[in-house]
Amino acid sequence: MSETTVSEANNGSNSQPSNISEVTIRLAGNSQDGIQSIGGFLARLAGRSERDVMTMMTIPSTISGGASIFQVRLGSGEVISPGDKADVLFAFYQHSYDNHVNNLTKGGVLVYDSDHVEPCEEWLTKYRHIGIAISSLTVEAIGGTARDKGKNIFALGLIAGMFSLDTAKLERLINERFGSKSKSILKTAMDAFQAGCRYQSNDISNLFRLARGGAERSNQVVMSGNEAIGYGLIAAGVRFGAGYPITPWSDIMELLRRELPKYGGSFIQCEDEIASVSMAIGASYGGHVAVTGSSGPGISLKTEAIGWAVMAEIPLVVIDVQRGGPSTGLPTDVEQSDLNIALYGGHGDSPRVVLAASDVEDCFYTAIEAVNIARKYSVPVFVLSDQAIATRIEAFNEPDLKTICKNVELDLSPVPSHKPYDLSSGDGPSQHRAPGTRIEDGRYPVVTGLEHDEWGHPSGDAANHIAMTKKRRNKLKTLADELPAPEVYGADSGDVLLVGWGSTKGPLLEAVEELGNNGDALSALHIKHINPLPNGLDTIFSRFNSVYVIEMNDGGVYGYGQLAGVLRARFADARIKGINKTAARRWKVSEIIERVKARLEEEAATA
Amino acid sequence: MSDTATMEQPTQDAGERQPVTKKEITADNPTWCPGCGDFSVLSIYYKLIQKRNIPHESVSTVAGIGCSSRFPYFVQAHGVHYIHGRALSFASGLSISRPDLHVFTFGGDGDAFSIGGNHFVHTARKNVKMTYLVMDNFVYGLTKKQTSPTSPLGFKSKTDNWGAFDQPINPMKLAISAGATFVARASHTNPKHLLEMMDAAMDHDGFSFIECLSECTEFFAGAFDSSNPRKGGEFKLMPEDHDPTDEAAAYALASEDFPGRFGIFYQIQRPTKNALEAGVIDAAQGKFEGKPDSEVLQATFNLMK
Repeated sequence: MSETTVSEANNGSNSQPSNISEVTIRLAGNSQDGIQSIGGFLARLAGRSERDVMTMMTIPSTISGGASIFQVRLGSGEVISPGDKADVLFAFYQHSYDNHVNNLTKGGVLVYDSDHVEPCEEWLTKYRHIGIAISSLTVEAIGGTARDKGKNIFALGLIAGMFSLDTAKLERLINERFGSKSKSILKTAMDAFQAGCRYQSNDISNLFRLARGGAERSNQVVMSGNEAIGYGLIAAGVRFGAGYPITPWSDIMELLRRELPKYGGSFIQCEDEIASVSMAIGASYGGHVAVTGSSGPGISLKTEAIGWAVMAEIPLVVIDVQRGGPSTGLPTDVEQSDLNIALYGGHGDSPRVVLAASDVEDCFYTAIEAVNIARKYSVPVFVLSDQAIATRIEAFNEPDLKTICKNVELDLSPVPSHKPYDLSSGDGPSQHRAPGTRIEDGRYPVVTGLEHDEWGHPSGDAANHIAMTKKRRNKLKTLADELPAPEVYGADSGDVLLVGWGSTKGPLLEAVEELGNNGDALSALHIKHINPLPNGLDTIFSRFNSVYVIEMNDGGVYGYGQLAGVLRARFADARIKGINKTAARRWKVSEIIERVKARLEEEAATA
Repeated sequence: MSDTATMEQPTQDAGERQPVTKKEITADNPTWCPGCGDFSVLSIYYKLIQKRNIPHESVSTVAGIGCSSRFPYFVQAHGVHYIHGRALSFASGLSISRPDLHVFTFGGDGDAFSIGGNHFVHTARKNVKMTYLVMDNFVYGLTKKQTSPTSPLGFKSKTDNWGAFDQPINPMKLAISAGATFVARASHTNPKHLLEMMDAAMDHDGFSFIECLSECTEFFAGAFDSSNPRKGGEFKLMPEDHDPTDEAAAYALASEDFPGRFGIFYQIQRPTKNALEAGVIDAAQGKFEGKPDSEVLQATFNLMK
């Protein structure tokens, strides 16, 4: 076929298919090309078959136009990170080609749209180039009409052909995706897909042989981290929320606005972030734990109200989908730099709970845990997610919704008397009675941000302030006693322990595994409950010579990041050190390994 | 939401109970200065609760920050003392999620028109069901005499020693233009009229807003004398032929020079935010024929396989 040009890379590539257990494919195009939907299809296919999948998406902050990439890692074992380098790069434009060639593995395959891309001499020898006239072949397949719509589905067909994916299942997925729209849209998509599948030039179907996994997995669901948080909140019984649009939090608010009415709930779009958090607190006071959320600057705006909820002891769930900061920062890039504001944002001593989700599946369960903690301890609970998990699509084992789902009925039964801030509850939480509850002794509660006595009436008394401050603090100590013991990956003692939180879990564990395979025994610890911390971390730390905290935030003036700062303050242990990254990109496995090795060498040299 | 009674249904045992007495609804001694206009607003609120015989537990009194926002501490009912300027947002969350409650929000001019100005506009346009009474004293009292958003031109305060020169907000005009569906004006010096306004506000299905002039005897004494017949002023009611659904007429009346008019400037019926959201819920739930939540969620998950 004349549309195709091929170069053979000199370094070892040949016509023998490579047997691989997993493959990382990066698609680079523009944001309106719909390349994310390819990732969605592959993820759902993986969810319905024996393969595991993890995707990574970066989108530009511009609305349309501008570069966009999507990376999919398909594997037959457990895939825990989106992959460092791509084995296959699909470049739709010259800029996609120029900017992403460096992300290909040595000898990787570069599929480019020969209608738009002029390959570079230098790279022709390094990577196997396959030029396919993706744009014109798509136009030809779908009837030569519209602009270049449909080439994403054509590319999906190409991928299906390259890796012998289950085309019948993919067709069913295309049917489900487009079947509800017009017949012509479905036909166009199907034509484009089949043309891609049929495309056989240059033996592209013989390049790779992807190993089959074990038994067929039928009970998997596929969604993004933001979706998982939204559905987790619903499963936990949240029936009210309020928010304001901001990237990358907005997906959660759109989902809740659409879905909550099915469960008798509402999500209100407010005039600003402060109104959002206030409305959610108002609904929580009404008796149903409510949610608000945001990203970046939106979280800063909410802090005063969150401080009120701490003081008034009102339950609240705050979702923070972290992005690069400070200020407007990097709206569509990842960073873990909101830990400090989650822990300390606001004036005064205001203890609150902070949890961090590690992957898409964990987003679902962390949201549920946050709601349950807020309910039980009458306290605001932060859920830290980040841009990388928010938009990533993963397949995970289907939750047992029958046992998980909660819809807590409002209890308005009369009580003989009620102190909203009862000090006799010791270090346990006291519970509010929702408005509407008759209090038979006629003494009604006021919930307030002023320091108050047990009935909620203002008090500037020193002994009272001491007692109330202790009450708000010690209920978190009680919570700490309930938290699961942290688990060490790898040997439970040794030279170096790597500590991470949030979305660094995947690359962190993979780095430990890879180092282990090369004879460097390192261990890792992932912390999900950041405030309060689980008990027993000190004994774990004591079994290692060095503790490196891997974070996507700045090491600051003193050389350690935000979690490392917390751990140093908590344990007064100078062996806790930071390995930080502020590139606004997720940690790669190779990067962790390099940075850890470099640090060890540096320390050995100065020892 | 769906599991709570609606406004129209009386609470279960309301019939067996004795009418609420003033003693029962009175809580702490107010901390206001002697002669403060807020005392009369508080006593009218007690009267209203007695007159309507609302059981304590279904009254929610919400306030922000300021002298007048101390209100909830003085009422023996479920009360909330929230943060400065955001009481309306808090009350909106409560009102939308708990349609069985009577939600009253109290505040001052700083809370309503300065720090909370944006929330005032949006609560009005959304027509969230509640009554909002602003005790307007034209000055920041709690912080001891700074210029407020309603301070008249020339008012000498600690932040404008030479006399205020920023154009004051006209609460009636602001409320009408923002889309409030009940806009009224009263004064602490005419309690009978204030009770009429609060009664009408309670009857209104939507966001009912009352600006009640409430004198700060400490920092702006005599501010409202020109509206007080006992001080030689005139308490000027709305013209008898005023049609409160006529927005332009209401706006024109609101533009009269101080002390202006008292009464209901504007009142229309428009679906409340509460009703519109409830409609969305009914439509969404109708499709599931009372299935348990876990099955509704399962149906969604089935599409994600």
